[in-house]
Amino acid sequence: MSAPLLRVENLRTYFHTAEGVVRAVDGVSFTLGPGETLGIVGESGCGKTVACLSILRLIDPPGRIEPDSRISLRDRDLTAASEGEMRSVRGNEISMIFQEPMTSLNPVWTIGDQIAEALRTHRSARPAEARRRAAEMLRLVGIPNPEQRLDEYPHQFSGGMRQRAMIAMALACDPSVLIADEPTTALDVTIQAEILDLLARLQEQLGMGLIFVSHDLGIIAQIADRVIVMYAGQVVESGTADELFGRPRHPYSEGLLRATPRVGRRMRRLSVIPGSVASPKRWPPGCRFHPRCPYAWSRCREDVPPLPGEARASRCWLEEEPARRTGGWDELALAEDH
Amino acid sequence: MTAYIVRRLIQAIPLLLGIVTLVFVIVHAAPGDPTAMYVHPSVSPEVIEQMRENWGLDRPIHIQYLRWLRSFLTGDLGVSLTQNRPIVSILAERIPNTLILSGTSLVLIFAIGIAIGIVQAVRQHSTLDHTLTLSALFIYSMPSFWLGLMLILVFAHKAHLLDWWPAALTFPASGMTSVDYDLMSGWGKLGDRLHHLVLPSIALGVASAASVARYMRSSMLEVIRQDYIRTARAKGLPERTVILKHALKNALLPIITLLGLYLPFLFSGAVLVEYVFAWPGMGRTIVDAISQRDYPLVMATSFIFAVMVVIANLIADILYAVVDPRIRYE
Amino acid sequence: MNEASGRAEDRADGGRALTAAAFIPGLAHLRRGRRRAGLSLLGLALAMLAVLAFSFDRVASTFTAGRVDYWVAMLTLAGTLAAAWGVSLRAEWGRPRQRAEGTSQWAIAWREFNRNRVAVLGLFLMCGLYLATLLAPYLTSYEPNAIGDIAATRHLPPSLDHLMGTDKFGRDVFTRVLYGARISLSIGFVAVSISVTLGTVVGAVSGYFGGAVDTVLMRFVDMLISFPRLVLLITVIALFEPSIFTVIVVLGLTLWPATARIVRGEVLSLREREFVEAARALGLASPRIIFRHIVPNVLGPVIVAATLGLGNIILIEAGLSFLGLSVQPPTPSWGNIIDGGREYLVQAWWVSTFPGLAIVVTVVAFNLIGDGLRDALDPRLRI
Repeated sequence: MSAPLLRVENLRTYFHTAEGVVRAVDGVSFTLGPGETLGIVGESGCGKTVACLSILRLIDPPGRIEPDSRISLRDRDLTAASEGEMRSVRGNEISMIFQEPMTSLNPVWTIGDQIAEALRTHRSARPAEARRRAAEMLRLVGIPNPEQRLDEYPHQFSGGMRQRAMIAMALACDPSVLIADEPTTALDVTIQAEILDLLARLQEQLGMGLIFVSHDLGIIAQIADRVIVMYAGQVVESGTADELFGRPRHPYSEGLLRATPRVGRRMRRLSVIPGSVASPKRWPPGCRFHPRCPYAWSRCREDVPPLPGEARASRCWLEEEPARRTGGWDELALAEDH
Repeated sequence: MTAYIVRRLIQAIPLLLGIVTLVFVIVHAAPGDPTAMYVHPSVSPEVIEQMRENWGLDRPIHIQYLRWLRSFLTGDLGVSLTQNRPIVSILAERIPNTLILSGTSLVLIFAIGIAIGIVQAVRQHSTLDHTLTLSALFIYSMPSFWLGLMLILVFAHKAHLLDWWPAALTFPASGMTSVDYDLMSGWGKLGDRLHHLVLPSIALGVASAASVARYMRSSMLEVIRQDYIRTARAKGLPERTVILKHALKNALLPIITLLGLYLPFLFSGAVLVEYVFAWPGMGRTIVDAISQRDYPLVMATSFIFAVMVVIANLIADILYAVVDPRIRYE
Repeated sequence: MNEASGRAEDRADGGRALTAAAFIPGLAHLRRGRRRAGLSLLGLALAMLAVLAFSFDRVASTFTAGRVDYWVAMLTLAGTLAAAWGVSLRAEWGRPRQRAEGTSQWAIAWREFNRNRVAVLGLFLMCGLYLATLLAPYLTSYEPNAIGDIAATRHLPPSLDHLMGTDKFGRDVFTRVLYGARISLSIGFVAVSISVTLGTVVGAVSGYFGGAVDTVLMRFVDMLISFPRLVLLITVIALFEPSIFTVIVVLGLTLWPATARIVRGEVLSLREREFVEAARALGLASPRIIFRHIVPNVLGPVIVAATLGLGNIILIEAGLSFLGLSVQPPTPSWGNIIDGGREYLVQAWWVSTFPGLAIVVTVVAFNLIGDGLRDALDPRLRI
């Protein structure tokens, strides 16, 4: 593999609140190559969004990126960069789009102004030139009549159109990394597909690295080259999309896959993973997934399993004792039925 | 937008009619018939009788009401009992003075209030924030007329006794101009007027400024939490731009509605502050008119005050539409 | 089983002590080991009784019976006693533990309020002020209106003899501020009661019935709100003889629109809620639905509005008496003391300064309580 574009090592983002330390992201590592799409999957509350915001250092107090975390873009250490340097990275080298297109655009400024703003900040573009480029971007993301729509306000755009505008805004400065945090979750299914196609096409066209965050495995399977699965602030499994979806190794990934409805596969009932993610203030001891794991045995409750390697790995004691993989989700579902 | 403004203008018409009616009701609810309040040493019984006839007090009440309505609509506010001239011409002199004072205060209120509110929101929970919140609490609990007296006491009478006190910071205690105003040059006149404006506009505005700061702080804190602020930061904009461009315009929206709410409050204050500073405006007029029992003047002045509030509310609504594109394009 | 019998015994015990603990406020708390509450209740009750018993004439001396402020002072006194007794009885007969951990809206609000240190400070300030107005004759040895040897006592600067100096007639300013507090607080209290009651009724009716009733009432509110408050007040008062009675009535009758708007807004959202629908489906009469089911649910915002309104009304009344349109001299009110000192502001700054400070402290206290109540009673903030 070529030199990674973005490398995140042992990222820990903690929120130091009055009620205690919330370990939202707790030792996450991954890399992203140029032109590659990395999918991040996990239930809500597992730390996906905080991890993404940490890359751009957009964490507000009491949140803090802990000292020995390291985020590097090519060879630059972003955790050590000054706030000014960081600003020149945001929206310029690394861009981000968010889940809620309805609230992520400023209602009182025109779409054109909001797109041109990034160009004027990072490229010192003149107003006319920024405007021309903004129109170009709108055309690129498939918005008809871009010249005219530049002067419209967000409330005049539909949800899907707003997300396109957000993408146009994020890509205006030709970033080398685009972080998309659940960009399709708030949209209708048909529009979801359009946005996905658009992102895939743009990535191919512009050759940027894409981090695509979602809780929807179907979407991740469609767009990602490599996938990491997050649970309770940690990476529990990583691998290529084919590997992970073909043969998941971590019980959590296994459970997630089972919880995803698929066309053409008749299911007696849609299985879900019982319980919910524990409070990030007090993660369970040992393996953080053990309270919800169908295979868990004494070791899981006491010892923290490691994540060996990066390319293909599973943070689970089953890796060392594969013989214990018996029963599992089916038995659990059966038990629940009775 | 034009349709919106026209709609608001049309909505204001019944309100104005209602206000005229209310003044009519107040006059007629007073003990005795309305001429009773015109009993005044300078008015002879014959005049009263004449008045009763002119007003058609022997006519049924609805006829009286229609006459009243007609006189207000034609801008005939009657004649002052003590000054023996049309009320319209008296108020024409006084209204600009009140507008100068209230206008200056209004600018101060919003400029200072908004600036402090932003600083407090940006530095939330800092010592500065807490200090400003506490001072605001005391400031908006102060009666404006008392604050006016205290300002006069300190800045007009006491402070200049100190050797080191700069003469520029000694302000006149009353009036709009100095006695030698007519002899001054153009710039001198302007300076003199501004000098006279300082204390009254502070006395009038400071409480509302504290209150605006309080609203601005919470409005700003509300806006800073919004998704689009995160978007703006993710774009790599400097914090200054994020706050002053993206957050400010949104945070100002609820503050604009305050403009309409503060104006009646400001005019109430103006009545007292004009009295304290001998400022020849409408407030001073109504207070003097009451002490001289010049009731037609009292009624007309309070009517004009109400009309000014209605107009101010209209302006606030229109301003809101100008700032918020969601209303503009409705 | 054991627990139940224990409770019964407890109650029987309470019954036996009825003679002593139920009639002397504080004893019940003391018996239950709540010493601080018990002692303060006991002290309060004793002080009140002492005032009533030994110097009734002195408390009432400066005011003629039949005047509003006199009755308010008396009512406050009786009310304080009744409240102390009530709290005591509840501690005696009620089940205190259950109450202390109560989860009713009011219990939660009270706990929230108690947690807010500045709001509690405001409450203490307010209680202190009311007590001071009642005990005024004991806090000063001067008469508020007595004019002695003017030449000797005129315009004396503040000293230990005259804490706030003396005015142009040689009267002690501290005494006048103290008695003025009585007037200002009484007027505020009564006027707010009138305007809040009126506002609640109008707002509830308007919001509940909607339609034409609502339109007419709310247009009327719009009209009243269009007048600057003070202008409306002085216009109306000017037609009558300025007196404390006029001022209370006019204040009460002109300041209700704000409450009406708040109540109407709350009622509009309540009207659609299930329990109101259910009451209507049961065929209950409208007044019953309004007063039994709706009004209790809007009490929170109304109480907040009333507290903040008290501060506001005190400011307005001060303005009116400053203009000479409220209480007439020589009866002291904060506004007219300030007005009295205006003439000699430079020679005797203290006459106008101290009553103003009294106003500031009072209004700050009400604003603190109001803000605390708002935080405590607003469920949108609590969640």
